[in-house]
Amino acid sequence: MARHSEEDAGMAKAPPAARQRKKKPKENKTRTVHANILHDCAKGEENPNRHYANNKIKTTKYTVLSFLPKNLFEQFHRFANVYFVFIALLNFVPVVNAFQPELALAPVVFILSVTAIKDLWEDYRRHRSDKEINHMDCLVYSRAERRYVEKYWKEVRVGDFIRLRCNELLPADVLLLSSSDPDRLCHIETATLDGETNLKQRQVVRSFYDLDCEFDPLKYNSIIECEKPNNDLNRFRGYIIHRSGRRDALYKENLLLRGCTIRNTEEAVGIVIYAGHETKAMLNNNGPRYKRSKLERQMNVDVFWCVIILLVMCLFAAVGHGLWMFQYGDNRPVFDVLSPEGTNLSPIMSAIYLFLTMIIVFQVLIPISLFVSIEIVKICQVYFIHQDMDLYDEETDSHLQCRALNITEDLGQMQYIFSDKTGTLTENKMVFRRCTVAGVEYSHDANARRLAMYQEMDSEEEECMSHGGTLPRRDSVTSHQSARVVLRSQSTKSHRRTGSRAEAKRASILSKHTAFSSPMEKDITPDPKLLDKVNDCSSQMDFMRFHSQPMSQLPSDLSDIIDFFIALTICNTVVVSSPNQPRHKVTLTCSGQKHQFGQTSVRSKRDHLWTGLHNDVLPQLHSRLPGCSSLLSSPSAESTLTKLHEEQPSGGLEQVFSPIPPSYDGKASWNLEEGELRYEAESPDEAALVYAARAYKCSLVGRLPDQVIVELPHLGKLSFELLHTLGFDSTRKRMSVVVRHPLTDQITVYTKGADSVIMDLIKPPDTARKFHLCLFLSFSKKIVCRTQHYLNLYAADGLRTLCIAKKILSKEEYACWLQRHLAAETAIQGREELLFESALRLETNLHLLGATGIEDRLQDGVPETIASLRKAGLQIWVLTGDKQETAVNIAYACKLLDPEEELLTLNEACALLLEESLHYIQSTPFLVHRLGLVIDGRTLAYALDKSLEDKFLAVARSCRSVLCCRSTPLQKSMVVKLVRNKLKVMTLAIGDGANDVSMIQVADVGVGISGQEGMQAVMASDFALPRFRYLQKLLLVHGHWCYSRLANMILYFFYKNAMFVALIFWYQFYCGFSGSAMIDQWYLIFFNLMFSAFPQLITGTLDKDVSAETLQQLPQLYVNGQNSEEYKPYMFWMNMIDAFYQSLVCFFIPYFAYADSDVDLFTWGTPITTLALFTILLHLGTETKTWTWMNWMSIAFSIALFFTVALCYNASCPACYSPSNPYWTMQRLLQEPLFYLLCFITPIAALLPRFFYRACQGTLFPSPVQLGRQLDKLPADIRRNILSLSRVKVGSPLCPKLPFLSLAKLWSWLDAHFLLVAGSGNIEVCF
Amino acid sequence: MMASSYSAKDEDGHITVSGPGGGTLRNKKPENTAFKQQRLPAWQPILTAGTVLPAFFIIGLIFIPIGIGLYVTSNNIKEFEIDYTGDDTSSPCYNCAQNFSWNNTKSCTCIIPFQLDQPYESNVFMYYGLSNFYQNHRRYVKSRDDSQLNGNIDSLKKPSKECEPYASVDNKPIAPCGAIANSMFNDTLKLFYNDPNGTSVPILLTSTGIAWWTDKHVKFRNPGGNNANLTAVFQGTVKPVNWHRPVYELDTDPENNGFINEDFIVWMRTAALPTFRKLYRIIQKNNNMAPTLPRGNYTLVVDYNYPVRSFEGRKRMILSTISWMGGKNPFLGIAYITVGSVCFFLGVVLLVIHHKYGNRNNSANISN
Repeated sequence: MARHSEEDAGMAKAPPAARQRKKKPKENKTRTVHANILHDCAKGEENPNRHYANNKIKTTKYTVLSFLPKNLFEQFHRFANVYFVFIALLNFVPVVNAFQPELALAPVVFILSVTAIKDLWEDYRRHRSDKEINHMDCLVYSRAERRYVEKYWKEVRVGDFIRLRCNELLPADVLLLSSSDPDRLCHIETATLDGETNLKQRQVVRSFYDLDCEFDPLKYNSIIECEKPNNDLNRFRGYIIHRSGRRDALYKENLLLRGCTIRNTEEAVGIVIYAGHETKAMLNNNGPRYKRSKLERQMNVDVFWCVIILLVMCLFAAVGHGLWMFQYGDNRPVFDVLSPEGTNLSPIMSAIYLFLTMIIVFQVLIPISLFVSIEIVKICQVYFIHQDMDLYDEETDSHLQCRALNITEDLGQMQYIFSDKTGTLTENKMVFRRCTVAGVEYSHDANARRLAMYQEMDSEEEECMSHGGTLPRRDSVTSHQSARVVLRSQSTKSHRRTGSRAEAKRASILSKHTAFSSPMEKDITPDPKLLDKVNDCSSQMDFMRFHSQPMSQLPSDLSDIIDFFIALTICNTVVVSSPNQPRHKVTLTCSGQKHQFGQTSVRSKRDHLWTGLHNDVLPQLHSRLPGCSSLLSSPSAESTLTKLHEEQPSGGLEQVFSPIPPSYDGKASWNLEEGELRYEAESPDEAALVYAARAYKCSLVGRLPDQVIVELPHLGKLSFELLHTLGFDSTRKRMSVVVRHPLTDQITVYTKGADSVIMDLIKPPDTARKFHLCLFLSFSKKIVCRTQHYLNLYAADGLRTLCIAKKILSKEEYACWLQRHLAAETAIQGREELLFESALRLETNLHLLGATGIEDRLQDGVPETIASLRKAGLQIWVLTGDKQETAVNIAYACKLLDPEEELLTLNEACALLLEESLHYIQSTPFLVHRLGLVIDGRTLAYALDKSLEDKFLAVARSCRSVLCCRSTPLQKSMVVKLVRNKLKVMTLAIGDGANDVSMIQVADVGVGISGQEGMQAVMASDFALPRFRYLQKLLLVHGHWCYSRLANMILYFFYKNAMFVALIFWYQFYCGFSGSAMIDQWYLIFFNLMFSAFPQLITGTLDKDVSAETLQQLPQLYVNGQNSEEYKPYMFWMNMIDAFYQSLVCFFIPYFAYADSDVDLFTWGTPITTLALFTILLHLGTETKTWTWMNWMSIAFSIALFFTVALCYNASCPACYSPSNPYWTMQRLLQEPLFYLLCFITPIAALLPRFFYRACQGTLFPSPVQLGRQLDKLPADIRRNILSLSRVKVGSPLCPKLPFLSLAKLWSWLDAHFLLVAGSGNIEVCF
Repeated sequence: MMASSYSAKDEDGHITVSGPGGGTLRNKKPENTAFKQQRLPAWQPILTAGTVLPAFFIIGLIFIPIGIGLYVTSNNIKEFEIDYTGDDTSSPCYNCAQNFSWNNTKSCTCIIPFQLDQPYESNVFMYYGLSNFYQNHRRYVKSRDDSQLNGNIDSLKKPSKECEPYASVDNKPIAPCGAIANSMFNDTLKLFYNDPNGTSVPILLTSTGIAWWTDKHVKFRNPGGNNANLTAVFQGTVKPVNWHRPVYELDTDPENNGFINEDFIVWMRTAALPTFRKLYRIIQKNNNMAPTLPRGNYTLVVDYNYPVRSFEGRKRMILSTISWMGGKNPFLGIAYITVGSVCFFLGVVLLVIHHKYGNRNNSANISN
C-alpha cells in the first residue's frame, strides 16, 4: 500500500533553473504547451514554448571560470575556514605578524585546496555523466523531414513529439498520445525513480483513444494546459484543449516520467511537457543530506571553549606585555626594538598589537585539521561498514548503504528506536492463510500444513546446497514432501490451538528457517470445503446462464462466495504479465544507459534491477534448466535469459487476450497457462489475494484500463467492464472498483479495506460491534457478527485482516454519482478533496462478503535482534498502521512484548484515562519496567495534543515498550518528533515503505529497509539495510566503535593542540610576553598537519575497544555510547588540565636542564618540539586499545618523518628561514647526550599521572567496556562459558560463587542496569 | 611490560568463498580479508594495576642509577662566578657603572680581585653572563639579516627590512645591521694570576673555537669571499650606532675579523632565556702536570663598556670546566632521581592495590 502521503512539503524547493526566467510574460499558475511543429522553427521568437527549460541537463556546480571564486565562497561558509584565513591574513600586517606571512598561509591553503580538489573531482564526474546523458539518442519528429529523426537528448524541447521504443529510457516528462498497444496502454518501469520494479500502466490521453490509424503529429493541434513543474511524482493535473474547444482532463496516468523505462510496449508517441531540470525526476534529485551528529554538536561547544581559552591566554599575554613594557618606563632597554619607523610605542598600544600577535601564535589551539581529520575518519568508517560481511545479504546481493556520511557515530548513541512493523519486522511477503465467507470460516488447514512443510524443506534444502547439491528447489520439495507431511501437520495443529504465546514461539521458530524467496506465497492449497462450494456455485451459474435464468436466483451464500472471489480478483491494481512479454529483454545498451542515469538520479538503481532479475527470473530459470542453474554466473545468466526469450514466440499477448472465449477444456491446458502468468502488485497483500483467488480457479487473466478479464471455473473467461477504480489511500483505508457485472449486467461496487472501516460501512450502519448481542440479530447481522468474531481470531493469530464487501448500484444511483464524480475529476483546483468526497459517497451501505487473513511472516532473527537491542538499553517503539490485535500479536512474536509484563491499553480518548494510568504507574513504582503500552491511532491523535503530550510521554516513558497501532504516517512522525524534542534523546526510525518516510526524516538517524515496498524509504534514509536484523550489528558494533573512536579522537585533538600551544604560553613568561616562540615556525605550523597527523587517524579509524563478538554478546556495553561516556563535558576539561600539566613538564624540564647555559633560542626550542611530539605520541599510545601493525607503522612513520624533515630542513640553507635560521641545529643536538637524556625522562614524567590513573581505574573501578575487554582476552572457550552464563544470569540474584572478581563486577553492573524481576501476569488497566 | 597477547582471529582471514555457484553470482559481496573485516591481528594491552606494575618498577630501577650518575658528574664540575655589574657601592665597578651609557667612547676600567679555592684541572671555559637581558624578545630576535651575514654583497648594500630601524644611517647601510648586532656585548675581560710571590701573570685566553664550527665556516662569511682587505669590502657601510669600532676592526687576525669574528658570532646566537651566559674565552690546558688554573688569587680586569643598569641587568664572569653532559647543572640528575623514586613509589602503591583488589582475579585466571 505504498502511497505517497500528501504532506510532502518538499515542493517549495524550486531549482535555480526554474527561477531564472524572470521576464515571463505573466505569472501563470499553469503551463501551456503547444506543439513545436505548428511553428516554423523550434527556436524562433514566435515559439510559445521558448520560455521553458530545454532538455539539456547540467548538474555541475562550477564552470572553469567560476570554480575558484565559487568554491572558495562555499568553503568560507564554514566558520572555521574564515577564522583561519583571517589569522593568516593578519600575518601580513607588519606590526602584529608572528610568522612569515607566506608560511602562515600554507596550512590554510593546504586545507582549502584539499577540499577544492575533492570538489573539483566530484564536479568533473558530474560533468562527464551529464555529457553522456545529454548525448543519448532519441527519436524526435521533424517537420521538415516529416518523419522521426534521431536527436540528442539535450536537443529535445518542450512541445516536441518523440517516439519511444521498447526498453528505451524516457528523455523527458512526456504526455502519452499514442501507443502501439491495442489497448492504448504503455507499461513503464519506474525503478530509477522509486526503485519499484513492478510495471506500471500508463494510458494514452483519452481523446486519442479512438484513433484507428497511426498518430500523425502534423494533425495535432491541441493545446495542453497543466501545472507548473513540481517534484511530486504521484501528481499531474491539467487538461488538453482541442481545436473544437473540447477539454479533456489529464492525470498522472497519462504522464511518462523522465528516467523510466518503456516496457512491454513496442512503440509509443508523446509530447514533451517538462524537459531537463523541470522534469519531476530532476526536481526530486536533491543531493545527500547533511546532518550534524550529537558528538559534533558537543564538539562545537568545546571548540567554543577553546576560543575562550585562546582569548584568555591572549589577553593574559597582552596585559603581561603591557606591564612588562611599563616597568621600563621611558628608558627603553636595548633589546626592546623600536618600530621600523623608529617610533616608540606606548605600552598600551603594544599590548593591543601583541593581543593580535598572540592570536596568531596560539592559533593552533583551534585545531585547523580537526574538521578535515574527522571527515577523513568518517569516510574510512563508512568504508568499513560497507565492507562488513555480516551486513551483506546473500539473497538480495545487497549490503548496507550509508547514505549520510557524517553521522556514523550517532549510531552508537541511540536511545529510542521507532520501528515500522510491516516489511520492517516482518518480511512483507504476504501469504494467504484463512478466510471467512458469508460468516463461515475456512481454516485452510492443508495450506497451513503445507506452509509449515515448506519451511522444513527450506532448511533441509539449505543443507543440501551447502553440501554441494545442485537440486533445484521444486524438485527437492516434491521429493521430501510425502515423508514430512504427517509429522509437521500435527505439530502445526497443536501450536494453532494454544493462543498467542505459542504463536510467538512458533513464529520465532519459523523465522529461523524461512528462505527469503520461496514459492509458497504463490501456491496455495485450497480449502476442500470452499473449493467444492466454488465449483458448485459456478457450475450452477453456468447452468443458469445456459438456461438464461436470472442470476439473482442463486442462493445468497453461494453468490457471496463467487462474489467474494471476484472481488479478490478484481478489486486491486495488480498488473498481469507473463514471462513471454518482452519485459526482461535486457540489451546491453539499455543497461548501459540505465547505469549512466543511475549515477545522477538514483544511486542504487542498478542494484535493484539486478535484484529484480535474480528474484523474479532466476527461479523460473531454475525450474526450466535444472542442473545448470546454480552454476550460472551473472553475465551468462543474462545472456541465456535473452536467448530464451527470443526463442519463444512473442505471441503470448495475443493468446492471453484473445477475444474468443476459450472453452473450459480441463485441468491440463489450464495449468499450463497458469504457469505463465505472473502478477505484479504495488503491495504484496494484493498479490497474495489474487494468487489465493487463483487457487480457487478464479484467476485474473488480464487487466486493461477499462476492463478486467477473469477466468472462472465452468464459466470461462469473463470480461468485467471497469468503470472506476477508487485507489487505496491511508485515510480511507480501503479501495473500491466499480464494474459492470457481465452475468447480471448490474453495476457493482467491490470494496476491500481494513475491517474497522468496512464494518462501519456495512448496511445497516447501526450494527453493534459487541459479540454477545449477536443472538438477537437478523441473519445478515449474524454474518457480520460472525465475521467480526473470526476477524478477531485472525488478529489474535497475528494475521493481517481485510474485509471484502460489495454493493449493487441501480442505474439511476450510478448516473447520479457519476455526474458528480466526473465533475470532481475534471476540476483542477482541489481535485483530491473532491475525489475523496466522491469516494465517500460511493462507499456506503455495503454488503459484507467476507474477510481474509493474510500472514506476514517475521523476518529472520527479529526477536533476537529486538531482545538484544532491548538489552542494550534501547527503548523500542513500534508504530504501525495495522490493527491493534495484529500488532499486539506480532509484538509478542518478536518479543517486543513479554507475556509476563503488564499491558496498558489506551483505546479511549480521554484525558482522565491518561491521568489514571499515570497515577497507576506512580503508585506502583516497582512495576515500572514491566509495563507495555498499547495505544491506537485515535487515542494517539488525542495524546499528541499539546495539552496532553507531557502526560502521554510520562506514561510512555515508564513503559518498557510502546506499541502504536492504526497510526497514520503523519502521526508516526509526530510521535518521533515529540519524543525527540521533549525527552531530548537520540532517536532512530526504521521503516521500509512510503508511509515511513516522514518518520525517517524526522528522526536523528533514519534507517530504510530495502525490502518489498520500493525505495522511497531508502531514498529518505541515512542508512539502508537489507534486513532488520542487521540493525543489531550496525548499532551495537559499528555504532559503538564509530562513537568511541571518534569521541576519543576529538578529545585527543583538543588535548594535543592545547598541550602544544601551552608550551609557547609558558615561554611568554620568559620573553617579556613579547609573543616570541622558541619553536621554529615551520615546526609550529606543520606539527599538526604532518608530524602528528597520521597516528591519530589510524587510531581513529581502526581502534577497537571491545571485539565485535563481545559487543554483540553483551549488548549492555552499548549503554556506553548512550550515556556519552567516552566524551563527557568534564572530560574535555580533564584533558585540558592534563594537557597543561604535560606541557608544564615538557617545558620546565628542558628549562631547568638548560637554565643559565649558553643555549640559544632555537637550539633550546627544538628539543622541546621533539619532547612534545614524543609525549603526544605516547599519550596516544596509552589511549590506543588495539595495536595493529598499522598503529606501529604510523607512529614510527611520524617520528621518522619529524627527524627526516628536521634534518633536511636544518641542512638545507645556511642563510634562510629567518628568524630562526636553524642551520645544523638538529644535527648538533643529536650529538649531545643531554638531548637523549631529556627525550627519555620528559615523556615519562609527563604521562606518569595519566598512566597511573588508567592503571588504577582498570583495577579499582573498571568501566563495563574495560570489563568487556578483559573478557576479550580470555580464551575462547572460557569466554563462551561466561557469556552463556550471562544469558542465564541476567535477572537472577548475583551468584556469590562467581569465579572472577572482575566478572562478578560485570554481573553486578548488569543486574543494576537491567533489573528484570519476575512479575505477575497481564493486568488490563482499562478498557 | 604489559599484558600482551596477540588475538588469533585472523585464522579465517583468507578463506575464499567456495561452493557450488555461491561466490560467483554475488558480485557485490565484500571481500573477506582481515583488514576489511577489521580483524587485523592486534596487541591489546589492558591497563590494570597488575599489568602496569612491572613497568613502574623497571622505570624506577633504571632512572635512579642514571640520576645518581648525572648528579655526581655535575658535582664534579668546578664553576666560579663573579658579578661585576657594579650597582653596589662597594663594588670596584661602581663608578664605571654609574656614569656609563652607550654614547661614551672612552672606556672605563675596573679591577676585581678574586680567589679560586680549588685548582681547575682541564680546559677552563670563560663565560660572560647577562641577566634580565631579553635576547629572546620577538622583535629583537627578528632584527638581523642572515644573508648579509652570509656575505651577500647585495644585502650588505641594502639590508633587509627586518633590520629596521637599524638598517641604515643617513642612507648608508649599517654592517652588520639589526638590533642584535647593534647591542653586541663589548666589555673586555682580562684575567691575571697573582703569583704568591707578588707578580701578576696574565693568563692566555684563546678567543677562537668558541663558536659553532658551522657558524664560523658556513653561516657567517665576510663579503667578497677571501678578500683580505676587509676595509675595502665594507667601503660604503657604516658601523652600528652603538659600536665603537667598525666590524672590520674587531680583531687583528684576518681569520677572526669582520663577520666571522667569533665574539660576534657567539653574540648573534640569541639566547633562549633572559638569564644566559655566552662563551667568551677558552683557557687551554698547556701542560699535563700543572693545573690550568691553580688555587690562588686572581684579578679580573674589565673594560667596562656595556651598560645594563637601565634595565636592571646584571653582568657576570664565569669560569667553568665542562663534562660530557655540558656545564654544571645538577637539575637533570635530581629530576631522574625524583621521577625514578616516584615511579618506584607508585609501583608499590599499585602492588598494594593489585594485592588487595586484583589478585583474586589473577588467581582465578590461573586456576581456570
